[in-house]
Amino acid sequence: MKLPRGTYSVLFLTLWIAAYLSLDPLASLFVAMLPLPSSSHLAESIKFFVYEVPKVLLLLVIVVFVVGIIRTYFSPERTRRMLAGKPLFAGNVMAAGLGVVTPFCSCSAVPLFIGFVETGIPLGVTFSFLVAAPMINEVALVLLWGLFGWQTALLYASTGLVIAITAGYVIGKLKVERFIEDWVLAVHAEAHPDDAPLRFEERLTAGFRAVREIVGKVWPYVVAGIAVGAGVHGFVPENFLAGIMGKSAWWAVPVSVLIGIPLYSNAAGIIPIVHALLEKGASLGTTLAFMMAVIGLSLPETIILRKVIKLPLIAIFVSVVGFGILVVGYLFNAVY
Amino acid sequence: MIIKVLGPGCMNCKTLERRTREATEGLTPPPVIEKVEDYQQIASYGIMRTPGLVIDGQVVLSGSVPSVEALKALILQHATQAGTKA
Repeated sequence: MKLPRGTYSVLFLTLWIAAYLSLDPLASLFVAMLPLPSSSHLAESIKFFVYEVPKVLLLLVIVVFVVGIIRTYFSPERTRRMLAGKPLFAGNVMAAGLGVVTPFCSCSAVPLFIGFVETGIPLGVTFSFLVAAPMINEVALVLLWGLFGWQTALLYASTGLVIAITAGYVIGKLKVERFIEDWVLAVHAEAHPDDAPLRFEERLTAGFRAVREIVGKVWPYVVAGIAVGAGVHGFVPENFLAGIMGKSAWWAVPVSVLIGIPLYSNAAGIIPIVHALLEKGASLGTTLAFMMAVIGLSLPETIILRKVIKLPLIAIFVSVVGFGILVVGYLFNAVY
Repeated sequence: MIIKVLGPGCMNCKTLERRTREATEGLTPPPVIEKVEDYQQIASYGIMRTPGLVIDGQVVLSGSVPSVEALKALILQHATQAGTKA
């Protein structure tokens, strides 16, 4: 541990690349040694599991590390300064983008909301941030990339951004400032000077810390999610879900969204399962809508926000974002 | 010395409180450690990330959970600063 951070990082990256390159050979070797007929359901499931788990975990480590470093260049204070005084539409675009890179956890949603309101950032712009921040997160993107391919990850990120921008813009146009709890407007706090800029060594340390904290927290969900996914992959017949979650079922999108909103799961657990659903005949639009509803509109976050905004605005927030997700669902079902 | 741990009660906030207590063990006079969970009070300190740490009315930390060692250093630094001012 006494190695300088730079050397340590180079060592870490080298090891990572070596591990990534040996993924396929090692997994094939393991599968070849299985005392099972290779076409059996169980063998199919096990193969899927040993290929996907190490791959996704490795991708997770590297992406979380890089994002951890990028996040040290942003802070809520800085984001707030950048958003102050921006007009509605441009503000929404910036807020959604900053929502992706600014360090954020839903437990900080309230102080962040207050901090934004206090500086006079329009409510609609604040909401663009609050929609994008949880929906487009590195864990979700890695799982989409690892299991579905980068195209789907990109699709998810861009439609997520569009929803965050539009939903915030619409909320801004609705003039809902009266639904902010009164005590929030009464808060007057002094701003703090920024922390001293970090040295690059310290940013690397932050990257490693992010890996320890985030990967340390989500890996059991990744493993469990892929295990369930592997079970579905091996045992559930092809096209089993085509009737329920396929394109032909017009009601599948709204039902997926309605089920997804109260369902609280992190991306790590839900995406591998959703991947398996897609394979068994669910359509892309329905699947995407379900994922977005689960990850982007979570019940705990809404309950936390209730402390600073009144019920009508909670309802508006959930319906506007929910409607955006619906549109995305139908759009992708129509196009693909 | 009065130390306040600001946080609504999430995992990080609890960890910070526990580490702060550990870091201040054996200090004389023992500091008063308070947990502030009310959002209105938390917001009045102007922090935008929880958990936060306030020593004698001054915000020294927000949005991170340092190790016990780092907390000890932070508290010591504050104590000597306060000492030279007085």
